[in-house]
Amino acid sequence: MTIRITKGQTGKNLLNQIREISGIDLAVCYQCKKCSCGCTVSAHVQSPPSELIRRLQLGAGDELLTSDLIWTCVSCETCFARCPMGIDMVSVMDALRALVIQKKAVIPEGNVPLFNNAFLKTVEIFGRTYDLALMTAYKIGTSSYMRDTDKLPIIMQKKKIALLPSLGANRKRVRRIFRKTRQNKGRLS
Amino acid sequence: MKYAYYPGCSAESSARDQHSSSIAVARALGIDFIEIKGWSCCGSTPGHQTDRVLAASLSAANLILAKDMGLDIVVNCAACYNRLKTANHEVKNHPEMRKKVRNAIGRDYDGSVEIKHMMEVLLEDYGKESLQNAFTYSLNGLRVASYYGCLLVRPQEITNFDDPENPQSMDNLIRAMGGESLDWPYKVECCGNSLSLTTRSDLVVSFSDSIIGMAKAVEAECIAVACPLCQVNLDLRQMDIKQQTGKQYDMPVLYITQLMGLCLGLSRKELGLEKLVVSPSPVVKAIAATV
Repeated sequence: MTIRITKGQTGKNLLNQIREISGIDLAVCYQCKKCSCGCTVSAHVQSPPSELIRRLQLGAGDELLTSDLIWTCVSCETCFARCPMGIDMVSVMDALRALVIQKKAVIPEGNVPLFNNAFLKTVEIFGRTYDLALMTAYKIGTSSYMRDTDKLPIIMQKKKIALLPSLGANRKRVRRIFRKTRQNKGRLS
Repeated sequence: MKYAYYPGCSAESSARDQHSSSIAVARALGIDFIEIKGWSCCGSTPGHQTDRVLAASLSAANLILAKDMGLDIVVNCAACYNRLKTANHEVKNHPEMRKKVRNAIGRDYDGSVEIKHMMEVLLEDYGKESLQNAFTYSLNGLRVASYYGCLLVRPQEITNFDDPENPQSMDNLIRAMGGESLDWPYKVECCGNSLSLTTRSDLVVSFSDSIIGMAKAVEAECIAVACPLCQVNLDLRQMDIKQQTGKQYDMPVLYITQLMGLCLGLSRKELGLEKLVVSPSPVVKAIAATV
């Protein structure tokens, strides 16, 4: 397969920014493609993980942030487990997600950031997840009211979702963690 | 034997059956689970996908509580297990991260708390032989596909749970219960749960379909799981699979602790069997007294 690449349009290429966030050096990748072969979702995306790495090595810029793998990746960690060079691709994907949000890049279909935000919001408020509020917030945010509603009767009948939030967590400490990490803006150093 | 028990958020919602069956099994075996007072969410996948420091801090806050109790942590949920272990790894290996976590929580944490999955407690601490002696009922040759999913076994450098490609812990438990543990290729495949609510939920249905289809192909009579996300997916998504492909699997998906509870003679109610969507009746019927 031929990969056509245009030099990063942003001056400073993404490779260094990913290294700054994740501490991962992608230069050691020699394109054996074990990550892409084992990847749970590679058959369903345009660019599998090894291609993303190659593009980064060749100096890709912010245009890479629209890659559909970034939000289709399920964090199953198979790529990391099988990499002969021990590249922690999971952290690389997390760094790419953080960069998408920071740079307000276009997010392809999937709405994962919206789900993540709704999830973390309930944790920030209650200290633990509150599925009902999470799902309501997410459904309102995505206007996907009807998705999976066919399962609602069985979920209710089997009591598979808590109706009330749990109040047992040390909420003060959790709020402090959110406040402090927000100030830190994802930086490690 | 005494542990600090970290239930995880799903123990209070979608996986109350995993929670109650684990507590019941521990009690029956005389293992003390002391719930960590004031525990909070580990951050899960949205945590690490959003901010690495946030993820490590949310998990470490719970590890500090266990450290204060002076006990090892026992966890049921594969995702919590993975995140807590990752937090340990982060603060141990990155001094910068340890500093950031200390700043976020307001207390220092050195990554020293031992984190164990329920299966590790049972196999390594309690022991396979003692377990065999404790079982009063047998799976009676029931054909079980052990499904580990992702987060227990990967990445091995961090979870250090078992062989990442062909783990045996759950299989050993099945064998100890007198079941036939099946050799099958999808035990560490991903069910895609993290996309469940997103617009790519089509992928989740197709992944679950291939996993359950493979279990069916090796003539499994049920699938055993240890992760609440896998359980809900494989159990509840059989409705979608039927709707979209016409395939009706009727494959019971039980927590390993529910199977163990049955072999210890515990009641269906304690084990939360009524919460399963696909009826576990064929499994319950196969279990016989081993007198």
